[in-house]
Amino acid sequence: MDVVVAARKLVKKYNGMEAVKGIDFTVRARECFGILGPNGAGKSSTINMLIGLSPVTAGELRVFGLDVRTAARQIKRRLGVVPQDNNLDTDLTVMQNLVVYASYFNIPRHTARTRGLELLKFFDLAAKSGEKVEHLSGGMKRRLTIARALINDPELVVLDEPTTGLDPQARHLVWQRLFRLKERGVTLILTTHYMEEAGQLCDRLVIMDRGTILDTGTPCDLVHRHIGTEVLELGRAAAEADTLLAAVGPLIRGYQVVGDDLVLYPRDGRALLGALQDRQHRFARLLLRPASLEDVFLKLTGRGFDG
Amino acid sequence: MIGNLRLDFSPLALRVFQRHLTVFSRTWKTSVALNFFEPLLYLTALGIGLGVYVRPMEGLPYLNYLAPGLVAASAMFATTYECTYGTFVRFKYQKTFQAMVATPLSMDDVVLGEILWGTFKSFLYGTIILFVIFALGLVPSAWALLIPPVMILGGFLFALLSMLWTGLVPNIDSFHYFFSLIITPLFLFSGVFFPLSDLHPFLQMLAWASPLYHVVVLTRGLATGDVGVTLVYSTAWLVVVSAALLPLTVRLMRRLVIR
Repeated sequence: MDVVVAARKLVKKYNGMEAVKGIDFTVRARECFGILGPNGAGKSSTINMLIGLSPVTAGELRVFGLDVRTAARQIKRRLGVVPQDNNLDTDLTVMQNLVVYASYFNIPRHTARTRGLELLKFFDLAAKSGEKVEHLSGGMKRRLTIARALINDPELVVLDEPTTGLDPQARHLVWQRLFRLKERGVTLILTTHYMEEAGQLCDRLVIMDRGTILDTGTPCDLVHRHIGTEVLELGRAAAEADTLLAAVGPLIRGYQVVGDDLVLYPRDGRALLGALQDRQHRFARLLLRPASLEDVFLKLTGRGFDG
Repeated sequence: MIGNLRLDFSPLALRVFQRHLTVFSRTWKTSVALNFFEPLLYLTALGIGLGVYVRPMEGLPYLNYLAPGLVAASAMFATTYECTYGTFVRFKYQKTFQAMVATPLSMDDVVLGEILWGTFKSFLYGTIILFVIFALGLVPSAWALLIPPVMILGGFLFALLSMLWTGLVPNIDSFHYFFSLIITPLFLFSGVFFPLSDLHPFLQMLAWASPLYHVVVLTRGLATGDVGVTLVYSTAWLVVVSAALLPLTVRLMRRLVIR
């Protein structure tokens, strides 16, 4: 079976407020699937329906071919969940966290200990086995939360903003481990608003905003489709956007006003740079760089963008 | 919205109980010592101190009258603290329930596990105080062997009541009201300190609606060997009210986490 998650016209309402407005998406086995979007886009609502924390209001959501409404327990048995806030058990030690969590899956104690030890090694936490959870650093807590999600050897791991609030070192360590999980054939779903994270890890992703999916594709596809290969950033040029756009109109595929800056999507970066040479001194910054997922994200979710 | 009416219990609820037991196994010494101390204070101050000036009640010296009532009251306090503050901290600050619900446990299992744990607290502390008053020679009857099961019955109901409040007013400040408006009046007017037979009939009726009253009737009856049909009535009362409150409590608690 190739499809792990299938959502059809999926809706979530809270007291009449529609947080997810009839979305469709499919997650295939062994891929890393990203759900990107600004705060309030409906990412967490989607995830919560997936993990049984939130009932589906309307539409259909199937995980492993099973309906989340009727087969929650069977689904959760095969699922690993890394929630947005670390909800580690602060009354317990690091190893106890894994063993007690395993007991919720009816995993016998000795099996849980063996597996727990492997996981602690994998996440560089073996030395902390007997430590109380509250003595761990933020990055360690995050790694332990991910380790805990793997205790039942899940086929699918759902991560809600796995690296939010971590420093760059800790974040890279988490990314490396997730990458290795993917190599082992675990299907991953992650929500994030770090574009670098999505770009590095995700095979495919959806960009969500205000409860709907704006686009779906591989990070590369999305960048090419919406932006092109390069962007030219003009620092503090937003005020004279109209004049500039009139002057360089034929040389660009599109543009985006980001705060005070104007970001142009050139057809040919060097040609555009040449055309703007004589005005160069007027910009706080003039930077030609490769287009990224962040540009797509800003373009699709940018408020007040009209083109 | 209270949601799905069907209760979704499974044996996994016992895993929640075991989790609490694991935590308790590290803290039980101080916890037991503290819970042990308070009833002893009451017993000394009221039973021995005040008791000198008090007429015998229902044919018993005051100390003997008071002691079984304190067993019931200690059990009530142990459970109500656990299932208000304890449960709330796990839900709100530690997010323990949210973590549990992501596993094959249902929220109903989690709530049932909490109730069982609260029940255990009554059983444990009630039984410990029973041993203490037994050692002091205040338990003349072998019927007292049935008191620990009564602690389970009463504990179950107190766990339900506490979690009903927790589910209804999930706010740490609200527990203050729970204790001052509900638990303290129950403590004072359920026959722990004095018989209700001399009170106004209306107050007697109110007392009959008190769960602690029935636990006190059972505990005192069994401790003194004064067993009769009243004990059957009180047992039935506790069973029927518990059965009625269980589904309501589970649904109210469920909506805290499942939205």
